[in-house]
Amino acid sequence: MKSSRRKFIRMAGFAALGWSICPSLAGAAVEAGPKLYFKGEEQLSATQWAMAVDTKKLTRQVMNKCIEACHTLHNVPEIDSNQNIKWLWIEPFRNLFYDQSHPNLTDMANKPFLALCNHCENPPCVRVCPTKATFKRPDGIVLMDFHRCIGCRFCMAGCPYGSRSFNFFDPRRYLEQLDPEYPTRTKGVVEKCEFCAHRLDKGQMPACVEASEGALLFGDLSDSSSDVRRALRERYSLVRKPKLGTGPNVYYLI
Amino acid sequence: MLEKAIKGNVLYWGWLFFLLAIIGVGAGAYMMQLEQGLGITGLNRDVSWGFYIAQFTFLVGVAASAVMMVIPKYLHNFKAFGRMLILGEFLAIAAVSMCLMFIIADLGQPQRLMNVLLHPSPNSILFWDMIVLNGYLFLNLLIGWVTLQSERKQVAPPKWIMPFIYLSIPWAVSIHTVTAFLYAGLPGRDFWLTAVMAPSFLASAFAAGPALLILLGLAVKVFAKWDPGKESIQALAKIVVYAMSVHLFIVACKVFTAFYSQIPDKLYHYKFLYLGLDGHTTLATFSWVAIAAGVIAVIILLNPRNRQAENVLAFSCILILLSTWIDKGLGLISAGFIPNPMKQVVLYTPTQPELLITLAIWAKGFLILTILYKVAVGVKKEIEA
Repeated sequence: MKSSRRKFIRMAGFAALGWSICPSLAGAAVEAGPKLYFKGEEQLSATQWAMAVDTKKLTRQVMNKCIEACHTLHNVPEIDSNQNIKWLWIEPFRNLFYDQSHPNLTDMANKPFLALCNHCENPPCVRVCPTKATFKRPDGIVLMDFHRCIGCRFCMAGCPYGSRSFNFFDPRRYLEQLDPEYPTRTKGVVEKCEFCAHRLDKGQMPACVEASEGALLFGDLSDSSSDVRRALRERYSLVRKPKLGTGPNVYYLI
Repeated sequence: MLEKAIKGNVLYWGWLFFLLAIIGVGAGAYMMQLEQGLGITGLNRDVSWGFYIAQFTFLVGVAASAVMMVIPKYLHNFKAFGRMLILGEFLAIAAVSMCLMFIIADLGQPQRLMNVLLHPSPNSILFWDMIVLNGYLFLNLLIGWVTLQSERKQVAPPKWIMPFIYLSIPWAVSIHTVTAFLYAGLPGRDFWLTAVMAPSFLASAFAAGPALLILLGLAVKVFAKWDPGKESIQALAKIVVYAMSVHLFIVACKVFTAFYSQIPDKLYHYKFLYLGLDGHTTLATFSWVAIAAGVIAVIILLNPRNRQAENVLAFSCILILLSTWIDKGLGLISAGFIPNPMKQVVLYTPTQPELLITLAIWAKGFLILTILYKVAVGVKKEIEA
């Protein structure tokens, strides 16, 4: 008994020694790991990215082009049920702004608008996520780590805008064409619009903005000369559910 | 002490095999869910939590209710509960185990479960729920086992267990409070956004848990031929009727706030729950059954003579379980998600595989409960013999 205890202590000592000789191993692993924010030369940077939706320019055709651009680029499957995936979709005014509409707003109420994640300043989805699988980048974009998400769907309960989707099935089953530029997801994880963070990092504008024929404006909210700020100065605008204090960064120009 | 679980009559083994059969069928359904994803459930983009999470919420209450025996026994030296307390603690173990299984069944990527520990996020209530649930499971296993063991040896429980027993009191309250906070702090979910969420959870829990415990106590009396004692059953019956009255009162307070204020954000959820929206009245029917069952049970149980008649007491306890189960197991989650953030009604109905998995987890809970009760009653009988 005594000798085995002594043996154990000796072994533990050697183990500790081994660890202390090569502490650089742990450090090296971190160094070699991928950098979260690649500061390339072309990378577009901002303090807070924001989008302005010019609702006067939103035609069915334009909206469908935006959705098409987004959903093909991100390998978003078409699923014909309420277990579907939506990053960018069409929703009538009265659904998006039911708290800011009234029965006599007849024309406006049925007008179709585009809906997407609001990339909130104070995002409840980030607050409730138990694994930090959804997080906010320093430039204000709310991102998803598809590899860390455990699929608890707390973020979906937390989002007051219905902007998140869950992969009830393997999404690859529903994809006819694959865009190799962007990863496909597995079943059991949550996903949503990412303001095309991967494109901004390469110096490109979000896919929907490029396809929108000027209906979607995108820019840095802290830059007073940006497209978004100029539009917000000149036009009357709405955000969804401002009273909730989430600070949405998608503005609707009326 | 576990050896007592492997000696039993035909009825005991028959019951265990019956439970195992249900578990087997449910395991098959779960394999299907693992393979295909949560798409085999009735959950959807708008109602993203359903039956699994509802059962978990109900059972947290059942688990928390063991405290209603611990407090009188250890803080007020109410000796009558000494005889039955172990049944309450073992019920808590079975209930918390079911809670954890329901959470795992609900995950889209269960193999990544450990991410909650690898990337701890203290701002997520789910992180705290994991801590309090596992902590409560550990506390009850430890306290139950140690006290039963010393009882068997007919010595006083060791002194070191007392701090754990006292700790288990606030801990029991915490498991249901934290679970209520999962819902209560979400913007845009007006049905859940209320400060009485945790108190109402506790009130219904202190009705449902002891009601189940009374039924289990009576079952033990019939099947295991061991009497948990009239006094403890009667004390539990009083707890049930007062807790249920408080629960119904809080429900009335919530309904008043919604309907008198007439603010649509809140009102629509209550309309869906009690009147039906867009012609969807199935849940409303259930809700009224819950209210009726609860009120009838309270009226019956307020009369001491009814409480003393064991068959009337058992009937009322079933009514209370029905009422509280509909409240949490059906109403709470559905009415929280319906109508959705766009104020549209998207319905949720659990599917067959979902129900089989649910049933199997309940069966696993009863399997754990049966084995633990077999041990506990075996020890009690051994001492008394």
